[in-house]
Amino acid sequence: MDVMKSSEFVEILEKYGFNFFAGVPDSILKGVVSSLMERGEHYYLPAVREDDALGMACGAYLAGRKPVVLMQNSGLGTSLNALTSLHLIYKIPCLLIVSWRGYGGVDAPEHIVMGDACTQILETVGIPYRDFYPDSLGQDMAWAVKVMENERVPVAFMVKKGVLQ
Amino acid sequence: MKRQEAVETVLRLLDHELAIHCNGMVSREAFHTLDRPENFYMIGSMGLTASIGLGTALARPDRKVVIFDGDGNVLMNLGTLAEVGALKPANFFHMCFDNGVYGSTGNQPTLARMVDLALIARSAGYRIVKTTDTKTVLEKTVRELLQERGPIFLLVKIVPEAEYETAGRVTLSPEQIRDRFMKAVGRVG
Repeated sequence: MDVMKSSEFVEILEKYGFNFFAGVPDSILKGVVSSLMERGEHYYLPAVREDDALGMACGAYLAGRKPVVLMQNSGLGTSLNALTSLHLIYKIPCLLIVSWRGYGGVDAPEHIVMGDACTQILETVGIPYRDFYPDSLGQDMAWAVKVMENERVPVAFMVKKGVLQ
Repeated sequence: MKRQEAVETVLRLLDHELAIHCNGMVSREAFHTLDRPENFYMIGSMGLTASIGLGTALARPDRKVVIFDGDGNVLMNLGTLAEVGALKPANFFHMCFDNGVYGSTGNQPTLARMVDLALIARSAGYRIVKTTDTKTVLEKTVRELLQERGPIFLLVKIVPEAEYETAGRVTLSPEQIRDRFMKAVGRVG
């Protein structure tokens, strides 16, 4: 299976204990956002910016929740100060679901530079990440949860176009 | 009213309320004036005080969350006010200590001198919005507002001060701040 239903992905996230969702939408993630919104009012929190979503996720983690933040990779730029001066120094874990626009240099012009640089940015600041593959999601989720529990840092899944429907 | 006086006045009225303190001088004054486990000191991530408080408030609707924000911080992420106004958490009490300057970087002026942050909070949909500039009124107002349903926005006008007059850095490590606060959230309050 190389494509996963967004609703199934949301169920897997819930199975792994994630229970606080915030973000800024992207076309690649629209199915995930609508599945979350179907769960009820305020189940998914529409943030005004990606760093604001990360701030909320931090506050929720401090209050005992397991947070997920959804964003387009352009939002990584907006998020860098939150990640480097909040999550990475206070050791606040969070699962980042990041859509990978501009992958392979094929996309609208505004996505090309970040599409090329986004995983290097994650490596530079020290955020572990994996590509989102439906076939290995079970193992990858187990890995992500373990890293978040042991190292207490954010972990990212990079989601390319076409793997979620 | 000086910032230290204002911050101390509010902190003395708190019981087990959770408090998120913005980076810069507000965190420093709070830490050196009345440190408590329920205080979360933000040392970086400028602009995210209300976002952090909102996450805590939504995750724990049974706990009151008081935000000790500054005008520079609020201006950096005005969109968060819209989020609070839209989601309307009843346990959210947002205070903004407004001295019209960026205090920890040399008192450069902020736009709060020309823009009414209380009016913006009102437009954004906060349930109660008030402004105060004296210690006596601040004490009375906070005492009353702690009994009210939020979201509440209280603009506290304070005077700018020279940096040598104000408190030193927060000496707890970020992880110590996190652990204490998480324990305090877990306790019934």
